[in-house]
Amino acid sequence: MARPEPLARVLPAAAASERPRADAGNAVACHNVTVRFITDRRTVTALEDVSFSVENGGFLALLGPSGCGKSTLLRVVADLLAPTSGTVTVLGRTPREARLDRALGFVFQDAALLPWRTALENVALPLEVGGHRGLAAGAPTPRDLLRLVGLEGWEGSFPHELSGGMRQRVSIARALLGGPRILLMDEPFGALDEITRDRLNEELRRIWMQTGTTILFVTHSVYEAIFLGETVLVLAANPGRVRAAVDIDLPRERTLPIRETEPFNRVAAKLRELLAGDA
Amino acid sequence: MSASTDIAGLNTRVEPAEAEYRRAKQREALRRKLLPCLGILIGIAVWAGLVEFLKVPPFIAPSPLVVLETLIAKSDVLLSNLWPTVVEAVGGFILGNLFAIALATLFVHRKTVSETFFPLVVLINSIPVVAKAPILVLLLGNGFAPKVAIAAVISFFPTLVNMVRGLEAVNPQAMELMRVLSASKREIFFKLRLYNSLPYLFSALRISASISVVGAIVGEWIGSNYGIGALIIQATYAFDSALLYATVLVGSAFSVAFFMAISLAERLIIRWQPSAVA
Repeated sequence: MARPEPLARVLPAAAASERPRADAGNAVACHNVTVRFITDRRTVTALEDVSFSVENGGFLALLGPSGCGKSTLLRVVADLLAPTSGTVTVLGRTPREARLDRALGFVFQDAALLPWRTALENVALPLEVGGHRGLAAGAPTPRDLLRLVGLEGWEGSFPHELSGGMRQRVSIARALLGGPRILLMDEPFGALDEITRDRLNEELRRIWMQTGTTILFVTHSVYEAIFLGETVLVLAANPGRVRAAVDIDLPRERTLPIRETEPFNRVAAKLRELLAGDA
Repeated sequence: MSASTDIAGLNTRVEPAEAEYRRAKQREALRRKLLPCLGILIGIAVWAGLVEFLKVPPFIAPSPLVVLETLIAKSDVLLSNLWPTVVEAVGGFILGNLFAIALATLFVHRKTVSETFFPLVVLINSIPVVAKAPILVLLLGNGFAPKVAIAAVISFFPTLVNMVRGLEAVNPQAMELMRVLSASKREIFFKLRLYNSLPYLFSALRISASISVVGAIVGEWIGSNYGIGALIIQATYAFDSALLYATVLVGSAFSVAFFMAISLAERLIIRWQPSAVA
């Protein structure tokens, strides 16, 4: 696989000076968000009274067991789902406004590539729908983004010709097109083998540091959450609620061996304890 | 140095195995083509043997040789009767499928229309072709129109059902993606649903290519003095078994060609690997 190019050469410098004043501070803020699903048998409370915030440029890992509503929470932020009650603010606006403005990129668990499109055409899809044709001058093109995720030379390949890890890289490139301020990732590496997953974790950390994009990352792996997150939001199930928000006190530059260090293991032990309290 | 010789040594061991594998594959491909041909030849031989051995009179069943002679001798009659059937079948195929695709599109976007009219469509489809045909002949007269209509009605249904399924069976995460991208309904249709439906559409088109020919022939039975269907009836009443068999052969040859043309179009258009189509 081609060595990924440093992003500094690919992405223009983050336009920090022209950021609107409304979203100085938090990228995402949820206040007392409750989501209920009504079914034939019973009403399920997926999320109850969830409050949290992520500052601009932050990396929040949402950690919890299955059924704790972490994916639901991500869908509320992405305006794919309306909360039953509570308020959600994305970059100082409603999730709907943020969505219409393409401030959000979403990476799905199964990559969700369109099988009839090549890798390059899949990455370019956001330019063909939703009235967002054309990129800003100097913005990275689909080709640049494929290079960023290490897929140079695979532009013309169809999804069925790519491995699971490569498909997920394509979907990350697609989510990065147009330079979204926030990246929402729903267990993107959950279906991958551990070796590929480790490598993508390192790459995602690098992409995050180079782009300055705020990332919300759903996972049920303690290691992944600590390795990636600046903060880990531990969720409990039935009903889904926040158990704790744990700041990860590790250096910004992280490589995989950090998982063998003492501070890492201390946090891991703490998180496991928090998760066990759920049982 | 020793490493390179090792690799060379490995290659000399691998290459004959690869060549052997390729030869085996070619043999297998040839086998798959030859065996069906052999089966057909055996069938014709048994047919010829039975007619000869049992001394079947020519007005009951002809020998294959006589059928071949008739195919050549009466090729002008056969061909001049094939063209009307081709026009009816292909015309009905196009008309019926266009209407089915349009209706499927409407059904997918307007749930109320779908829920109101889908049961009616199913009901109409449950009427056998041979019963539908006289009704359409009464309505449309004796020309090309009723035959085209019958072929259209018969090709319509499988396409409608499959097309609705194909337009709806979209990966839910791809739908969410479109929503995150704020895609309009129109964009979702042309960028997602339509492509998703193509494998479903083609499996329906293959069916309706064969049955549109059946529709045209049945239409010609009811009231016509031209076409493959009419020729079948005439040959039967004249006890001209050789002409009957020759006509049937010409009709099925067209049906097979139509089916294969659709399969070819499918292979040219669908170049990706569709996620499982039921």
